[in-house]
Amino acid sequence: MSAPTLAKEAPESVDEPILRKPSARKRLVPYWLLLPGIIWLLVFFALPLVYQASTSVQTGSLEKGFEVTWHFQTYWDAFTEYWPQFVRSLLYAGTATLLCLLLGYPLAYLIAFKAGRWRNLLLVLVIAPFFTSFLIRTLAWKTILADDSVVVDVLNTLHVLDVTSWIGWTEGDRVLATPMAVVCGLTYNFLPFMILPLYTSLERIDGRLHEAARDLYASPATTFRKVTFPLSMPGVVSGTLLTFIPASGDYVNAELLGSTDTKMVGNVIQSQFLRVLDYPTAAALSFILMAIVLAMVTVYIRRAGTEDLV
Amino acid sequence: MEQYEPESLSAAQLAAIRRSMTSGRGALSRRSMLRAGGVGALTVGGLAGLSACGIPPAKREGQGPASTDVSAKEKTLAFSNWTEYMDVSEDEKSRPTLEAFAKRTGIKVKYTEDINDNVEFFGKIKPQLAAGQDTGRDLICVTDWLAARIIRLGWAQKLDPANLPNAYANLSSQFRRPDWDPGRSYSYPWTGISTVIAYNVKATGGKKVDSVTQLLDDPALKGRVGFLTEMRDSVGMTLLDMGKDPGNFSDADYDAAIGRLQKGVDKKQIRRFTGNDYTSDLDKGDIAACLAWAGDIIQLQVDNPDIKFAIPSAGYITSSDNLLVPAQARHKTNAEKLIDYYYELPVAAQLAAYINYVCPVDGVKDELAKIDPELANNTLILPDKAMAKKSRAFRSLTSAEETAYEEKFAKLIGA
Repeated sequence: MSAPTLAKEAPESVDEPILRKPSARKRLVPYWLLLPGIIWLLVFFALPLVYQASTSVQTGSLEKGFEVTWHFQTYWDAFTEYWPQFVRSLLYAGTATLLCLLLGYPLAYLIAFKAGRWRNLLLVLVIAPFFTSFLIRTLAWKTILADDSVVVDVLNTLHVLDVTSWIGWTEGDRVLATPMAVVCGLTYNFLPFMILPLYTSLERIDGRLHEAARDLYASPATTFRKVTFPLSMPGVVSGTLLTFIPASGDYVNAELLGSTDTKMVGNVIQSQFLRVLDYPTAAALSFILMAIVLAMVTVYIRRAGTEDLV
Repeated sequence: MEQYEPESLSAAQLAAIRRSMTSGRGALSRRSMLRAGGVGALTVGGLAGLSACGIPPAKREGQGPASTDVSAKEKTLAFSNWTEYMDVSEDEKSRPTLEAFAKRTGIKVKYTEDINDNVEFFGKIKPQLAAGQDTGRDLICVTDWLAARIIRLGWAQKLDPANLPNAYANLSSQFRRPDWDPGRSYSYPWTGISTVIAYNVKATGGKKVDSVTQLLDDPALKGRVGFLTEMRDSVGMTLLDMGKDPGNFSDADYDAAIGRLQKGVDKKQIRRFTGNDYTSDLDKGDIAACLAWAGDIIQLQVDNPDIKFAIPSAGYITSSDNLLVPAQARHKTNAEKLIDYYYELPVAAQLAAYINYVCPVDGVKDELAKIDPELANNTLILPDKAMAKKSRAFRSLTSAEETAYEEKFAKLIGA
């Protein structure tokens, strides 16, 4: 806002109550503050989205170019062709999220309530893996789960792999290149995204509530069920979302730790985009995945009843 | 709670209501009108925008606007290559052949190892090339089929033979006439690649693995066989094994080869389709036997004597990584000088001795023997006649074939 504009407006407001209208400059302040965010969203979210939406209804080839022909059939074809990969993505991401919750909750609980002076150190340790690259971390699992590794030996001796093979999660006496390896990779890579939100919501719980529960003769289990867990729901919800959403679109774990029958929808999108050069199908697959995840997340948030918390 | 009685409102209250209607929450009605209008406009505009998008044909007819060559003025060259495709000094601080080139010609080479995968690299440079812009790279190194595609799309600059006397004279005859660039007017090979069968004797229990049939059928290898995600290598080797010529096959032959591989996938004989990462699996023994690129195997053998390789009697696939000058690159003459430099015998030998891939330069044997006599006799670096006779190249594909074949192959490998 330039100064002359203000000067022009000044005489008008003389006979009006001062409170009635904030000056033009004041009214615009929020918008100016929003501007960087809006531009960021426009350039890096809205525009690519529109571009992909357009690509998904085009037909053509690399050489002849692609034209918008409103060919919505692509969506149906893509879905019927690759529904197994969609199911697999959701299944793997769901399993990994559940495992993250089971592993992450006790750890977050420990850090929040029992860690004492070790708390900060433990938090740093949770984040420490992020100091190495995602790829390196995933490749490390190839060594951990190698056919003659200690882990696999132990699992074999305990006959755990017999059970997992029976339900189809592993292959014979190996773990690598099976669904279990992919789920392990996903769980490991996204675990911090579960622990950190859980920790923040657990840490906020007032210790006196636990004392009160004890005073009212609640057993530790009841205290957890009736006090701690409900109060940590915001953390559970945001943790599961932060884990599930990126995990369902991940393709690195399936690529490096999996095999032909563990490919997720991210792998299909990558392959359609780069290998087959079928951009419309790749774009349509992205939109279908987005729609499925959005729908699931909406239902989940409604049911968890924490709309205002996420 | 009080009942709402308009008559009983004082003038001040009425004024307050009016105020809130115009500037408070009440004003939202106007705003929401605007918002609805905005959404409507966005939808209409969006739809119009959607149909305006489109992706123009990638093919550039003719040469397009010729790019200006500023080589004479700017003594620089941006060279994009694969990792471990250039000799490095003992202390790993310099690249001797490149430095010697800079010293002699005064051309400073900006050497970048930013190619890891053909399909990904194509995805990276495609937007600029399709838009007719400079990629910022004067020289790139890509595998046959991608070189063929780039040339087919009109995205490569024609090379000037006058600047390439050594290259012209020393190029091995087996690389002279690829069907996608006869006479090498757009490209020169950087290295030749032999696709062979490699195995880890420790993992196979001392057994030799020397055919694709064995890879696909030997129950002793079940779940520990690797194939490559490069379609031409995996399908090409299978075609050879089935007695077909990868240089001349039909759609039916292709489908048969895919079917053969699919069986291997279905009965869990094949563990994975891999890119370059097969080397670590093979080294550890997680993969007992696989298709492999010979240069990798020579490098692996240095540290792990259990790694062996075999040339199938049915033949093996050869391909090459080729140097190309992308359209709109501004230092073509400099690039040509560099290509020619690497076809000088001592330089070629120095490079081959380091990277261990097939050297596409004739007459390099004596120079290589000076560096390491053992390497000079290694048929994986300098194939002898018997070996050359067994080598086959995968034929170039039309755009439609490429799409159809890649789609079938993608389905085979699970995505």
